[in-house]
Amino acid sequence: MHIPDGFLDGSVAATAAVPAVAAVGYGVRRAGRTLDDSRVPLLGVTAAFIFAVQMLNFPVAGGTSGHLLGGALAAILLGPWLACIVMAVVITGQAFVFADGGVTALGANIFNMGVVGALGIGLAMTLARHVLPSNRTVFLSVAGAGAWVSVMAGALLCAIELGVSGTVPFSTVLPAMLGVHALIGIGEAVITVAALSAVLATRPDLIDGAGFGPLPSPEPVASLGVTS
Amino acid sequence: MKRIPTIAFVAIALALAVGLATAVSPFASPAPDGLTRVAGDKGFLDNGTTHRVHESSPIPGYAFPGIADARVAKGVAGFVGTIGVFAVGVGLAWGLRRTRGTRGETAAP
Repeated sequence: MHIPDGFLDGSVAATAAVPAVAAVGYGVRRAGRTLDDSRVPLLGVTAAFIFAVQMLNFPVAGGTSGHLLGGALAAILLGPWLACIVMAVVITGQAFVFADGGVTALGANIFNMGVVGALGIGLAMTLARHVLPSNRTVFLSVAGAGAWVSVMAGALLCAIELGVSGTVPFSTVLPAMLGVHALIGIGEAVITVAALSAVLATRPDLIDGAGFGPLPSPEPVASLGVTS
Repeated sequence: MKRIPTIAFVAIALALAVGLATAVSPFASPAPDGLTRVAGDKGFLDNGTTHRVHESSPIPGYAFPGIADARVAKGVAGFVGTIGVFAVGVGLAWGLRRTRGTRGETAAP
């Protein structure tokens, strides 16, 4: 879903960059207060894993492919704000080193593919902790559903940006984007749940979305930064 | 159950990522992704432009330059990219990490 240069009007690209910069900026500021030495390599390896799996395009119906976005996965592993930093690292690297995703659309791509999914799943996990029972099945179900929704939200935003830019009528692009990404989102959900299952089986304590599920929660994690 | 140390966890996860990017990505679907497909179907694919920055991208399109075999070129790009992203991520996180106070307390601005 990397938007190339030329698809977005300059003002739309700039507008979409505002929440991206704000979220990544807040993540950076927060890291100075909450990012312990022990989690430094985890941030790096999460970024590396998402970059790698983004290269693995899987086929969906009708000669189309999709790949992981990873915002939801990163947010559950590291918390939503560090996830914004991870997604910015991955998407910026793709734009500047691999010519994947526009330079002018960088902010929009970080917003659509990273920030929205990360903050959305952060909110969903926090809500779920309060209203749903805490066990592995519920945790993975919320993660999978959240991963799917994160792809649909990204597709929706992408369609809005294209429509407002005048590139293509919104009524034309919206159903097309949502239709194909409803399938791609299933891949996102499967990969997210598989990756989380692997972490749960080995080091469940490393999951920031802990406090939810069968995980030890020695301290509450203020995922959305309300209390710390 | 005894848990594996964090360093081992990171090493295994990194090895998995590098392995996927190097050995599996060359066999990933070459079909256009969702947005590219929609752009083609709805007639705005040609709106795409090449930014000046992209003309000098070191590894354009995940094809490591100077390697004739497309699959090898992509595998090498995946290897280099994954290691590079790990290094940048760790470096950035190290630079941003909490350096004062205990968890939950606010460090001096």
